[in-house]
Amino acid sequence: MSATETFYDVIRRQGITRRNFTKFCSLTAASMGLGATGASQVAQALETNPRVPVIWMHGLECTCCSESFIRSAHPLVKDVVLSMISLDYDDTIMAAAGHQAEAILQETREKYKGKYILAVEGNPPLNEDGMFCIDGGRPFVERLKEMAADSMAVIAWGACASWGCVQAAKPNPTQATPIDKVITDKPIIKVPGCPPIAEVMTGVITFINTFGKLPALDRQGRPLMFYSQRIHDKCYRRPHFDAGQFVEEWDDENAKKGFCLYKMGCKGPTTYNACSTVRWNDGVSFPIQSGHGCIGCSEDGFWDKGPFYERLSTIHQFGIEANADKVGLVATAGVAAGIAVHAAVTAAGRIGVKHGKAPGPDASQDLSQGR
Amino acid sequence: MDYAKIADISELKGQAVVARRTVYVYQAPVRIWHWVNAACMTVLFISGYLIATPPGSLGGEASAHFQMGYIRFAHFAAGQTMAVFFLMRFIWTFVGNAASKQLFWVPLWKKNFWDGLLNEAKWYAFMVKYPRQYVGHNPLAHMMMFFVFTLGTVFMICTGFAMYSEGAGQDSLWAKAFGWVFSIFPNSQDVHTYHHLGLWVLCLFAAVHVYAAVREDIMSRQSMISSMISGERQFRDDKV
Repeated sequence: MSATETFYDVIRRQGITRRNFTKFCSLTAASMGLGATGASQVAQALETNPRVPVIWMHGLECTCCSESFIRSAHPLVKDVVLSMISLDYDDTIMAAAGHQAEAILQETREKYKGKYILAVEGNPPLNEDGMFCIDGGRPFVERLKEMAADSMAVIAWGACASWGCVQAAKPNPTQATPIDKVITDKPIIKVPGCPPIAEVMTGVITFINTFGKLPALDRQGRPLMFYSQRIHDKCYRRPHFDAGQFVEEWDDENAKKGFCLYKMGCKGPTTYNACSTVRWNDGVSFPIQSGHGCIGCSEDGFWDKGPFYERLSTIHQFGIEANADKVGLVATAGVAAGIAVHAAVTAAGRIGVKHGKAPGPDASQDLSQGR
Repeated sequence: MDYAKIADISELKGQAVVARRTVYVYQAPVRIWHWVNAACMTVLFISGYLIATPPGSLGGEASAHFQMGYIRFAHFAAGQTMAVFFLMRFIWTFVGNAASKQLFWVPLWKKNFWDGLLNEAKWYAFMVKYPRQYVGHNPLAHMMMFFVFTLGTVFMICTGFAMYSEGAGQDSLWAKAFGWVFSIFPNSQDVHTYHHLGLWVLCLFAAVHVYAAVREDIMSRQSMISSMISGERQFRDDKV
């Protein structure tokens, strides 16, 4: 677990040829969209940079991020975990357990102060002093703050760490809180999704490992290379949207033809993720390709922006089952009725009034009160 | 009354009225803006509603249609036009007359304003016999204009361009100018929801605005609708 060992040292020890190594560098550079010199940069970095120590902690979560991560195909997760990074601690997949495992945390903190990456899956609940998530006998929030204090940067894996996800959905009884609201003094990369795409996860790690810096982030703290466009922008069903061809019912002919799922509540137009380009499970498919709309799982508070199967979000402040259109129609009906009644009362008052009669009292006196 | 000046070629002679004072209140840029804005809002209401609730699905080849494309184009074009005219309207407040400034500020600190507001509210509640006369907006209209129309329009322009920037791309001018909206509402779905609620707010504003203009034109002691066409406000008084 020596951090002075480079990625190149490790793979050569594993019997991978120089030829295959350069192939990997070219592929990785291409997948990250780097220029012509990208491959040699990747090779240079992997040959000389010490492997980045990574601590992977788990708060309130369902482990779907880990499940996704281990399915990465480009690069293979085994290459990432065993070769590219030095995954010093991940209680879900590490061999050590109990006090041995806990000791690694302290060791990494001291040995690689300010140099390790803290990857967090899940988030800390803050209610009742964090008692809703106990990890190693202590509230998770305490351990998180402790490990974050000496880290180089924090990766917030998934919707939980980035936004709060299901445990932070209304009414959020445990006060589950996203990482960036708890750790405010470290650079944080949000890699949202429930879970995030495997290749996006390993891609982020590869980038940090290769360039020794964090990828360019957007306003929300998400890596631009994977989260700068919406599902809708790169959706292969987009032509049907522009044409006005929609699925109207789940079992209709249009669904069979693969028309746009916009009317079925697809959140593709408001969701930033790489599903429509990278896809899932080694590029096999993604929700829309499988005939189901996007539920917007990589967006802030997506559980509270439902229903998943309607275009307009429910507005809870206006009571059960209200959305912008229903609120608007009720308000319009109210105002229209108000106008009608007001007009009727006005008209009734006019009955018998002769036109040309002085409309007001002495006007010259009254004008002074106005402008 | 000097009837000699009126060339009445018909046998029909209207009821005798009095000579009336007229002031020039709505300058040409204000009037042009008003009607361009009204046209844009109409297009924006219809196209905006259709974007959220598209018409029935079309059949055949996707390449044969561009329905949503045209609807969205109409929305974007009307939105851009409205925003440019709104900006010009704002600049005009520094050039134009006193009435042109009313859209962008409300004298909430003036006792006279609140007094007038109360009176106008009573006028609408049928509690006073006559409304007062104002060269520009009456205090109630002034308040509605600023808090519902002006602030509402600013909100719609900001959220609208923010959503437009999502399609234009994160490097676009729109994203640089209006991307901050997503710092307030991180989920674009929220921006869509609030923008859609804004549609209804402005739609209701338009309904009340038209009703009030028509009613005041009939009932009040001054002209309304024609003022926004000719720019001249006529006061209906017996004595001048």
